[in-house]
Amino acid sequence: MASPEEIETAWRARRRARLFWFAFGTVAFFAAFAISAQVAELSPAALIAGAPRMGAYFGQLIPDLRWPVLFAGAETPGSLAYWFYRLDIWLRLLLETSQMAALATLLGAGLALPLSFFASANLVSPRLAFTTRRLFDCLRSIPDIVYALVLVWAFGVGPLAGILAIMLHTLGALGKLLADVVENADLRAREALIAAGGSWLQATRFAVLPQVLPNFLSYALLRFEINVRGATVIGVVGAGGIGQELYAVISFNYYQEISAIVVLIILTVSVIDLASEWLRSRAMSLQ
Amino acid sequence: MLELEGLSCRFGETVAVAEVSLRVPEGQMLGIIGRSGAGKTTLLRMINRLQEPSAGAIRFHGQEITRLRGKALRRWRAQCAMIFQHFNLIPRLDVLTNVLMGRLFYRSEMASLLGLFAASERALALELLERHGLLETALKRAGTLSGGQQQRVAICRALMQEPRLILADEPVASLDPRNAQLVMDALRRISREDGISVLVNLHDLRIARSYCDRIVALSAGRVVFDGAPDALTESRAREIYGAPDEESPAFETSHPFAVV
Repeated sequence: MASPEEIETAWRARRRARLFWFAFGTVAFFAAFAISAQVAELSPAALIAGAPRMGAYFGQLIPDLRWPVLFAGAETPGSLAYWFYRLDIWLRLLLETSQMAALATLLGAGLALPLSFFASANLVSPRLAFTTRRLFDCLRSIPDIVYALVLVWAFGVGPLAGILAIMLHTLGALGKLLADVVENADLRAREALIAAGGSWLQATRFAVLPQVLPNFLSYALLRFEINVRGATVIGVVGAGGIGQELYAVISFNYYQEISAIVVLIILTVSVIDLASEWLRSRAMSLQ
Repeated sequence: MLELEGLSCRFGETVAVAEVSLRVPEGQMLGIIGRSGAGKTTLLRMINRLQEPSAGAIRFHGQEITRLRGKALRRWRAQCAMIFQHFNLIPRLDVLTNVLMGRLFYRSEMASLLGLFAASERALALELLERHGLLETALKRAGTLSGGQQQRVAICRALMQEPRLILADEPVASLDPRNAQLVMDALRRISREDGISVLVNLHDLRIARSYCDRIVALSAGRVVFDGAPDALTESRAREIYGAPDEESPAFETSHPFAVV
C-alpha cells in the first residue's frame, strides 16, 4: 500500500516532468520558428523594403470617385457606375463561380458521405478503414489548383475543370472529417439493430446516419464557404468564373477594374458565409 | 427448448464463461445472477452470437446455432430478441420508428433503407405501444423519454421481432424502483402469456427471487447454483457472492418493490 508521503513524492516527480516538457516544447517551438523563417526568407528587412511597393500598388487600386457625379451614368468618369461599368458581366461570372463551388461541394460531399463509413475502423475492418483513409489523404494533400491545372489540360478551359478539381479536394477533406465523426458515434443503438437481425447496411443507416447527419451538414456548408473562395482562385488557371476575369485585368494592369472585382468578391463571399453560418447553426441545433 | 452445452468464452488468458450447460424449457423465466464480472453478459451475448463462443454448443429446438452465418444468423438474431441495460434506442428517431426497427430482418433491404414499413407493421407497433402505455409517445423522439419509458419502448421493439426467446441484460439496473417494476412485470407477462422463454441477467437478488421461475448463479464463469428461487437460501447466496461487501446485494425475502 502506498503511503501519502509516497504519493506526494510521485506527484512532485510528475509535476517536474510536466514542467520539463513544457520548457522543452517552448524552446523547440521557437527553434522551429527561427529555422522556418530562415528557409522562407522571412526577415524584417525584406518586410520593410517591400511594404512601400505594396502600398503604391494598393494606391493605384483606389477608384477615382467624385462626390458631385457619384450617382451619374456609366459614361461619366468619377461615378460608381463608371467604376462598375461591367457589373452585369461580373455578376454573371460571380454566379458562375458560386455555382462551380456549389456543384463541386454537392458532388464531393455526396461521395464523401458513403465513403466515410468505409473509413471508420469501428464499422469496417481496420484494413479497409486504413485504405480508405489513405485514399482521402491522397485526394486531400493535392491542392485543388493543381488538380485544376491538370484538368484544364484534359477537359479544356472552362468551369468543368474547376468543378472536378474542387470536387476531388473536397472529397478528400470532407471524407476524413466525416470518418472522424463516424468513429466517435455512439454504437449502442447499432448493436441493438444487429442483435435484432438487421444487416450492416440497415444498422448503419438507422443507428449511425441520424447521429452524424447534423455534423455532416455543418461540415459540408463550411466546405462550401471554403470552396467559394477556392473557385475564385481556381479561375486564374483558366477554370472559368470570376477568377479568370480577375486574372485578365491583373495582367493588363486595369487597376480600377481589379478593385471593382475584388469588392464584388468580398461582398459575395461575405453574404454566402453569413447565410451558411446561419444554416450551420440551425443544423447543429438539430443535434 | 434452448440447450447450452459446455459453452465457454475466453478473452486471451481470461476465462469469462467456463463450460456452462443449461436447458431452458419454453416459457421459463430464468434469472441469471452473480457479481459483476461473473460472465453473465458474455453468456447472453454468446447466445445471440454478438460474442463468438470459444467452445461448446448452442441448440434451439435441435438447431445448431454456433455455426450459423449470413442470412441464417440474422434470422436467429431476429428470433432471440435482446434487451440492454442502456436501452440502446436511436435517440434522434421517433419512438414508432424505433419499434419498427424490430422488423428489419423481415423487410427487404431496399425498402427498409428507405424507411418503408407496411401499414400492418405500423399497426402492430402501435398496438404494442398501446399495450405498454406508451401510445402518446409514438411520435416523440426516443431520446426525450424517461429511462423507464425507453426500456419499455425497447421491449416493444423486441416484441416486434416476434421472438421465440428474449435475452435481457440487466434490464432494470439503470432504472428507479417504480420503472424497474413496470419493466420486470412486462417481461414476466411475456413469458407467461406468450410462452416465450426469458433469460434475464440481474444483480439484484431480490428481484430475481420474486420474478423468476428458476435461478442460475454464475461465479467466475461457472454455474454455482441452478434451482428454484426458494432453494437459494441466505447461506447459499453468501457462498455465491462471497464475503459481504458493497457488491453483495441485501438479502431480503420481502417483495423488492414493496412500498413502505
